[in-house]
Amino acid sequence: MRRFALIAAPYLWLLALFLVPFAIVLKISLSDYAISIPPYTPQFDWATGIGAFLEKLDFENFIWLTEDDLYWKAYLSSLKIALISTFMTLLVGYPMAYAMARAPAEWRATLMMLVILPFWTSFLIRVYAWMGILSNEGFLNQFLLWTGMISEPLTILNTNTAVYIGIVYTYLPFMILPIYAALERLDDSLIEAAEDLGCSRLTAFWLITIPLSKTGIIAGCFLVFIPVIGEFVIPSLLGGSDTLMIGKVLWEEFFSNRDWPVASAVAVVLLLLLIIPIVLFQRNQQKQEEADT
Amino acid sequence: MTRMSWFNTVSLTLGFAFLYVPMLILVIFSFNDGKLVTVWAGFSTRWYGELMQNEAFLDAAWVTIKVAVASSTIATVLGTMAAYVLVRGGRFMGRTLFSGMIYAPLVMPEVITGLSLLLLFIGIGLDRGVLTIILAHTTFSMCYVSVVVSSRLMTFDRSLEEAALDLGCSAAQAFRLVTLPIIAPAVISGWLLAFTLSLDDLVIASFTSGPAATTLPIKIYSAVRLGVSPEINALSTIMIAIVTIGVITASLANKRQMVRQQRDEQSAVRS
Amino acid sequence: MTSPVFEPWNDPEAKPLIEFQNVTKRFGSFTAIDDLTIGIYEKEFFALLGPSGCGKTTLMRMLAGFETPTEGAIFLAGQDMAPVPPNKRATNMMFQSYALFPHLSIWDNIAFGLKRESMPKPDIEARVDEMLRLTRMEKFARRKPHQISGGQRQRVALARSLAKHPKLLLLDEPLGALDKKLRQDTQFELMDIQEKTGTTFVIVTHDQEEAMTVASRVAVMDNGKIIQVSTPDRIYENPNSVYVADFIGEVNIIDGTVTPNGPDSYSVAWKDGQPPLNVISPTAFSDGQSCHLAIRPEKVTINAEKPADVDNVVQGKILDIAYLGNISTYHVELPSGVVIKAQSANTRRISRRAFTWEDTVWLSWTATAGVLLAN
Repeated sequence: MRRFALIAAPYLWLLALFLVPFAIVLKISLSDYAISIPPYTPQFDWATGIGAFLEKLDFENFIWLTEDDLYWKAYLSSLKIALISTFMTLLVGYPMAYAMARAPAEWRATLMMLVILPFWTSFLIRVYAWMGILSNEGFLNQFLLWTGMISEPLTILNTNTAVYIGIVYTYLPFMILPIYAALERLDDSLIEAAEDLGCSRLTAFWLITIPLSKTGIIAGCFLVFIPVIGEFVIPSLLGGSDTLMIGKVLWEEFFSNRDWPVASAVAVVLLLLLIIPIVLFQRNQQKQEEADT
Repeated sequence: MTRMSWFNTVSLTLGFAFLYVPMLILVIFSFNDGKLVTVWAGFSTRWYGELMQNEAFLDAAWVTIKVAVASSTIATVLGTMAAYVLVRGGRFMGRTLFSGMIYAPLVMPEVITGLSLLLLFIGIGLDRGVLTIILAHTTFSMCYVSVVVSSRLMTFDRSLEEAALDLGCSAAQAFRLVTLPIIAPAVISGWLLAFTLSLDDLVIASFTSGPAATTLPIKIYSAVRLGVSPEINALSTIMIAIVTIGVITASLANKRQMVRQQRDEQSAVRS
Repeated sequence: MTSPVFEPWNDPEAKPLIEFQNVTKRFGSFTAIDDLTIGIYEKEFFALLGPSGCGKTTLMRMLAGFETPTEGAIFLAGQDMAPVPPNKRATNMMFQSYALFPHLSIWDNIAFGLKRESMPKPDIEARVDEMLRLTRMEKFARRKPHQISGGQRQRVALARSLAKHPKLLLLDEPLGALDKKLRQDTQFELMDIQEKTGTTFVIVTHDQEEAMTVASRVAVMDNGKIIQVSTPDRIYENPNSVYVADFIGEVNIIDGTVTPNGPDSYSVAWKDGQPPLNVISPTAFSDGQSCHLAIRPEKVTINAEKPADVDNVVQGKILDIAYLGNISTYHVELPSGVVIKAQSANTRRISRRAFTWEDTVWLSWTATAGVLLAN
């Protein structure tokens, strides 16, 4: 009996507040837009039952998504931004993770804390911090003008460049931590063995270090890529009007256009888009767990 | 072996500069006297003073704290239960669905979680306000708590529980007297994680809050959309300070405990 | 008829393959290797033996190129090794952890070094197959390192380091991770492979039995210095110091003062009330010099009756018996309180054994049984 209660409480909570809402999203995505409150028909009615409800369903919203090229472009551009920024985060994060793993053991805990600390501070504030740096009269432009590298301020804020910077900045810890974990486990004698067998430093890095940190790299990339696809705050604060990201489109569809059925359809497609990377990520984690045991 | 190559030193220096300089600038310019955020006009704490006068921010802060405390506490209870069920529960009907529901919110875009919860609240006719934000935050943060706690439970030596049962405890007593004290650090960090996630959340709160309840991130977001403002810098500085002090205190306490344990073990070996 | 004895170190014409010349290595204020000079000859199986922290691993890592000497020079076949990085050295190392690349198969692990020197593919295949045969690992070529046993991993590590035909193979505690029985088998296998390939082996170990079994010469190290270099039998029978005598095998050390009483013959006064001991020593001692007499327990005979016509005899009481199966060690306490260990082979069944606790017995040894040491 006790066991039943133990299982039931979190189970029912998640059913009611996670699964049921999804069913509703799916349902509304298959409904028509209507000027009413709530702004969609049909609504599920116990009286007419499931048959009548199913009859009125249509895929108009999904067809609409394929017809209006705004959505296509937003999906593609989200993918592109996520791919590029994941790669950039890897380029910044890998050397840091590598240096941390090679640092004297007594420093490592401190370095680790320095990486994690920003993660605990507000995401919004971290994005906001870049607004003052990247704006036309911001610190970066002031600095570049002062050094004489540029004579006119650069427009960075409200462009995709600002979005990339913001993503790399906020998601860097997610990239560093799994790579660091993989590199820290790496036995130094493997590198020495490779050198002993005729590798230069660089070949040893390429043939031994990189393959052995592969699971960390993959995990880090997915930890950045997956949330970035649906990112809203960064494109909305740092991006410009031409920065198309699906999270932002959904938000605007919902709050500005108040078109709930289309917003729901956007959400459903976004979720479908995420299934592939999530499954791949899961498989990578499983492989690593198997390798550990 | 322990000396650092110049390449490693440079990449760490640049990397940490990248992570910390933006926040440092933010903090420094919160003490700027001028209205312009990017031009230094002398030291002043006037923005902190103005912040303290700003009723809207103070109200939002109070709502945020209420939501964070309530949601993280409920999430910790539910998340710990969920972790225990997942690690120790054995087989039961719908176990796969259950573990799926625990892990899914971790990778779910916030816009989708927010949207779906909003549609639920409207569907069942629940007025949006503090309660709905608490419900929403509890739902996603309990999953984080359960991941943190279950990773601790997995390394937990099962024979300790069995010993308690062998010595006459009921299952509930064994949990309360043996399991809980040992996994307590994980439960506490789960609570802290849930608390910060709740403090931090903009997207889900925007969907699930009503006009009656505005949280601090919503307030900050609508302010910064209009541009950088020194008041927000001051507010950010306060939040950064709280988090920094919290994290450093926690890690020092942790370190001290480890040192003490080590010393105890050494003295035990010697005697 | 007699095959030439392998003793290049006694041949003044022979040139050592490796020469350490006044090598010193310091880590900060810690001196790991202290002004060390030694030569190792081609085809030798050379063992560096010592407790942990004595500098033996540092010595080996300098040979491999992972550490550079602070002072002095190392020569390999006449060439100064200081500017040569590890990947360009004609030495290979077998790591204590084996350091097998976990993401590569056994085959690829062995081929790893060969691929680095852009050897033609058929040659690589032939060489890898040869190494797999040598170490009897043919069946496991496609497996990954975590899919084979510890002993097999050890053989793969050996195959990998031998694949490149190194002039010198360095083995860092190669058998440390194996259990005792497997270790003994593998020792003979190592000697066999060393003989077959004709490679010079330098082995680092803290296990004196292992060093004695495999090596042609053993260097006993302590605190960054080599205390004695010699063949295993000479190290055991003629240690040059109390440290070496004590480190290798069991030994009784008796402190005393010498008085010469004939050519190479000395009488050692050791405890009040005990007759002086008669010792024959090739090393000269002056009158009244303090000394240490080292006697191996197996050279001490134990008797129930006082034996006649022996050089040295003492009486005592059995304090303890360590039964090791093939032999037993008796701890005998003399009236003066000194405990002397004596060993005898258990040629009879245990029920027939002559001595038990508290028995009064006579211990005796010849004048040549012990070694007289100055320090």
